[in-house]
Amino acid sequence: MIQRIGQQTSGLDEAELVAQAQSGGVEAFTELVNRYERNIYRLARHITQNPEDAEDILQETFLKAYEHLRDFQGNSKFYTWLVRIAVNQSLMKLRKRKSDASVSLDDPYDTGEENLVREIAVWEPNPEQTYSQEEMRAILEKAVDSLPPTFRAVFALRDIEELSTEETAAILNLSIPAVKSRLLRARLRLREKLTRYFKRKGDDFFDYM
Amino acid sequence: MITCKDFLSELNEYLDGSAESGLRQELESHLSECPNCWVVCDTTKKTIRIYRGVEPYQMPSGVHERLLAVLEKRARA
Repeated sequence: MIQRIGQQTSGLDEAELVAQAQSGGVEAFTELVNRYERNIYRLARHITQNPEDAEDILQETFLKAYEHLRDFQGNSKFYTWLVRIAVNQSLMKLRKRKSDASVSLDDPYDTGEENLVREIAVWEPNPEQTYSQEEMRAILEKAVDSLPPTFRAVFALRDIEELSTEETAAILNLSIPAVKSRLLRARLRLREKLTRYFKRKGDDFFDYM
Repeated sequence: MITCKDFLSELNEYLDGSAESGLRQELESHLSECPNCWVVCDTTKKTIRIYRGVEPYQMPSGVHERLLAVLEKRARA
């Protein structure tokens, strides 16, 4: 990722900004918005796969953060706290949108044995060069869209935002083994979906088994 | 002896570089002998690389301004 969060060095550090915002500093809060809005927007888009939802979630997240600023104790990084609000809002939004009970942290897919690997085929060496940015984006979105929402959340936090397993577990209220298991399943499912597009041409009749 | 199933369950650790050196060696030795696991490992690695490499979502224009407007309204309420 071009910009990793929490590593900006210019100006005040996060804790100082939060302290100022907590005592009513509007400028400090605006600076927190400026620092983190792009990441929160991106995360919400990854989880909801929808630009309007992502904007709603962005607004809801910062509104909630503003309203509950005094409840923030500084036990975690402010950004982690913000991400937690955004993930909860995103999952809630999906639940409403789909109006069913399938969006839950207790994922039905997670029980029992699952065939994690179905297709084994060598890919083109650089699939990135075979497709335009737009085509690639569409392929990647379609693949992510097929994941259960909590898998998406784990994948977005670990592999897109590059948060640690521990941070991801804390944000999602999951155990560390649960995060690891979901990440593995998410990665393997995406791999499976992408294989359809990226496998080396002419390999269909090869037998790798 | 590491089986394909063992390999798969350690794949994240291997890809994230968090496998201890002993385990890492065992996984690598399995990889060198098992073409299937090699392909799965290689394509999973590429999956992550491609997702990380794609142009990140940009906020469309107007989103920032609308967010500030919403917050300002709340602050004045």
